[in-house]
Amino acid sequence: MLLELDEVERAFGGVRAVDEASLQVARGEVHGLIGPNGAGKTTLLNLVSGLLRPSGGAVRLDGRRIDRLPPHRIAALGVTRTYQNIRLFGGLSAADNVVVGAHLRRDAPLWRWMLMLPSAGAEQRQARARALDLLRRVGLEARADEKAQNLSYGEQRRVEIARALASEPRVLLLDEPTAGMNPAEVASIAALIRGVAAAGQSVLLVEHNVKLVMAACDRITVLNFGRVIADGPPAQVARDPAVIAAYLGGER
Amino acid sequence: MTAALEDLWLTYQSTVAFVGLNGLLALSVYATLSCGQLSLAQAGFMALGGYTAAILTFHSGLPFALVLLAATLVPSLAAVPLGFPVLRLKGVFLAIATIGFGEVVRIVFVNLEFTNGALGYTGVPQRTRVWMIYAALAGALFLLWRLRRSRAGYALEAIREDEPAARTMGIHANAYKLSMVVLGAALAGLAGALEAHFTFMVAPSTYSFARVVDMLVYAVVGGAGAFHGPVLGAAFLTLLPEVLREVGSRVGLQPGPLRLFVNGLVLLLVILFLPNGIVSLPQRLRERREARRPGAARAG
Amino acid sequence: MGQQIVNGLFLGSIYALFALGYTLVFGVLDILNLAHQAVFMLCAYVALLAVGHLHLHLFLAFPLAVLAGGLLGLLVDRVAFRPLRGRSDSNISGLISSIALATILEAVALQLFGPDVERFPFGTVPSRTLRLGGAVVSELQLVIIAIAVGMMAALTLLVQRTRLGRRIRAVAESPRAAQVLGVNVDAVIAASFFISSALGAAAGVLFGLAFNAINPDMGRAVELKGLAVIILGGMGSMTGAAVAGFALGLLEVFTVAQIGSSYRDAIAFGVLFLVLVVRPRGLLGQAATREA
Repeated sequence: MLLELDEVERAFGGVRAVDEASLQVARGEVHGLIGPNGAGKTTLLNLVSGLLRPSGGAVRLDGRRIDRLPPHRIAALGVTRTYQNIRLFGGLSAADNVVVGAHLRRDAPLWRWMLMLPSAGAEQRQARARALDLLRRVGLEARADEKAQNLSYGEQRRVEIARALASEPRVLLLDEPTAGMNPAEVASIAALIRGVAAAGQSVLLVEHNVKLVMAACDRITVLNFGRVIADGPPAQVARDPAVIAAYLGGER
Repeated sequence: MTAALEDLWLTYQSTVAFVGLNGLLALSVYATLSCGQLSLAQAGFMALGGYTAAILTFHSGLPFALVLLAATLVPSLAAVPLGFPVLRLKGVFLAIATIGFGEVVRIVFVNLEFTNGALGYTGVPQRTRVWMIYAALAGALFLLWRLRRSRAGYALEAIREDEPAARTMGIHANAYKLSMVVLGAALAGLAGALEAHFTFMVAPSTYSFARVVDMLVYAVVGGAGAFHGPVLGAAFLTLLPEVLREVGSRVGLQPGPLRLFVNGLVLLLVILFLPNGIVSLPQRLRERREARRPGAARAG
Repeated sequence: MGQQIVNGLFLGSIYALFALGYTLVFGVLDILNLAHQAVFMLCAYVALLAVGHLHLHLFLAFPLAVLAGGLLGLLVDRVAFRPLRGRSDSNISGLISSIALATILEAVALQLFGPDVERFPFGTVPSRTLRLGGAVVSELQLVIIAIAVGMMAALTLLVQRTRLGRRIRAVAESPRAAQVLGVNVDAVIAASFFISSALGAAAGVLFGLAFNAINPDMGRAVELKGLAVIILGGMGSMTGAAVAGFALGLLEVFTVAQIGSSYRDAIAFGVLFLVLVVRPRGLLGQAATREA
């Protein structure tokens, strides 16, 4: 198992946003995380990426505990993410956003850049080329130099994914990446996700689009009121009565 | 004839020198603004630089270059223990804490007998030449210019835009923010030393909170989004009162209050109508023109 | 010891009154109004002019200055804060625009009154003293404490018992919710500024009377101490501001008695740092942030 959540708990005041949740993501696996609104999915991602500390339980990456580490250390260990409400760097271009994403991968000592050495310039051109590559993968090469805040909703989501892939993470956390997209775009995202997994990277996919989740995921965990109510392959989860009840009873 | 010319140069020399010094000070505020921190401890760092330099000038035979180096290092080192605790603070808390630091430094110097307390040092030899000020300014501008498109520069901009998101990309935000505080301290200290050896004096009253407000005004008016903005702001706001002084004195306005008034008014107008400063003016005009064109393409 | 307590309470009551002004605005707007100290200073001058030139008795000059303060507060809101409402960076830009306005007001004061210290005309200030226990208390001190405490009590009543007070609390909790419920948020904010600046003006007059010294710089020194007070008390907490104000006054007086007066001003900053490093939300502040 690459990523392991072990009875993770997070309370806000008296409310348990995440309640003894456990799940495992294997190498190269696409793992879906679904549940009604307010089930605690985004909180879970915040716990894994280090923006929140769990009040109980543990998060492990490759056997090593990461739940007490600061976010930048967790990222350095190979966990990156996108955000439900899109957090691009608005004033930067799409390409620059992706270049920032590659921060960890770049070997660019400052003194070389300050002295204007040719190797530094070459490294920068290379970083930009890699960014353009990633934008091509999400179909946005043409918009590379557009300011992120000027992009459409769907375009921004795709740039965020490219940015999260830039550091070649081991685990990619996606928070509702297809919200607001049309079916064609959703399909291309699904293909992208399968491609990422095929390359050996793991994906933890939070989504409301159940069709996408059923098609793209190897395993699915269902959350409701912060607790895991089902966990297994898509077909099995789809037939689980507890899951059906949760979705019919609650919001979609 | 030559006496008149010399007089002219002496007057302008002072203004030219101060444009440069204020430019350096504005850049020291910009250093922390560029990663989203409003750190207002510059007066304290300036004081540390000015006093260090004056003390070394009086009590050691060191060449001016080394004195300046020391004056840059001392505040830089002081910035580290200050930076650690306060960088965890957000926005307005950070501003208040750093203002407090500046005031504490000032009060300490007011009470330090070794440095003549509230009177400070007068008669500091004038070792600063105008070219030195501009050399320092050019160096600082070069540094900041190169920083922009470097990996570190990208990280700083990311931190400014969205710090938590930047962290999840592996950016060690606290280390970067601390570095900029140190850079700001170095620039302020250097400016303090250069100023002390230009104005013949070092006194706690020079390093008041009002001074920091001035620096902030230069940076904001010029435009804190670009590294050349603050320098433009400093130039504009140092020259403007000189220009207005003639007009002012004819209407019975005192130069002190007039300068203050102009600073305040310009800052207010800028923050209300041109928040990204003078440097954003060409872009704003361009955007206005494009928006007015019929059938202009909508973004997204 | 008793003497120090009296002196500390007296000084603290002024700090508390001033800090409450900060807190009120911060509560409804989440922004620090750094023009507060300029109003503090200008209204001390208003009282001075009223007594010195208009020959009004202090009993009239004081409310006049307080009213002037309230009106100035409305101006500050209208000019420096209202235009920025809705901007994403309104916290920092509000801070900066209030600094700008403060600078303008200081410049005006400097031009009109000059930099020298002015004093109230002889006889304005009562000079009788009493013995209370082991302490020598002046009538002036008692009056100042009484006025300050009285205003604080009035403020509490206003906020807790009146309709305006309810509206202020609603806006402080959540402007959006308040607006949905039909509250005129802009008007409530303006009212808060009026009250806040009236308090600041009162503090200014009392301060000027207490030390019998008024000059354009007087706002600066108190501004930073006021910040220390609200940080100590917890930003947004009125009780905190009051308690912390008195605490700082006492602390300063005791420090001067033990160590000497030269580091008195540094105490406020020492406290400031300590609080920010150890417990940033202060004594009584809330840890949670308010919703937009």
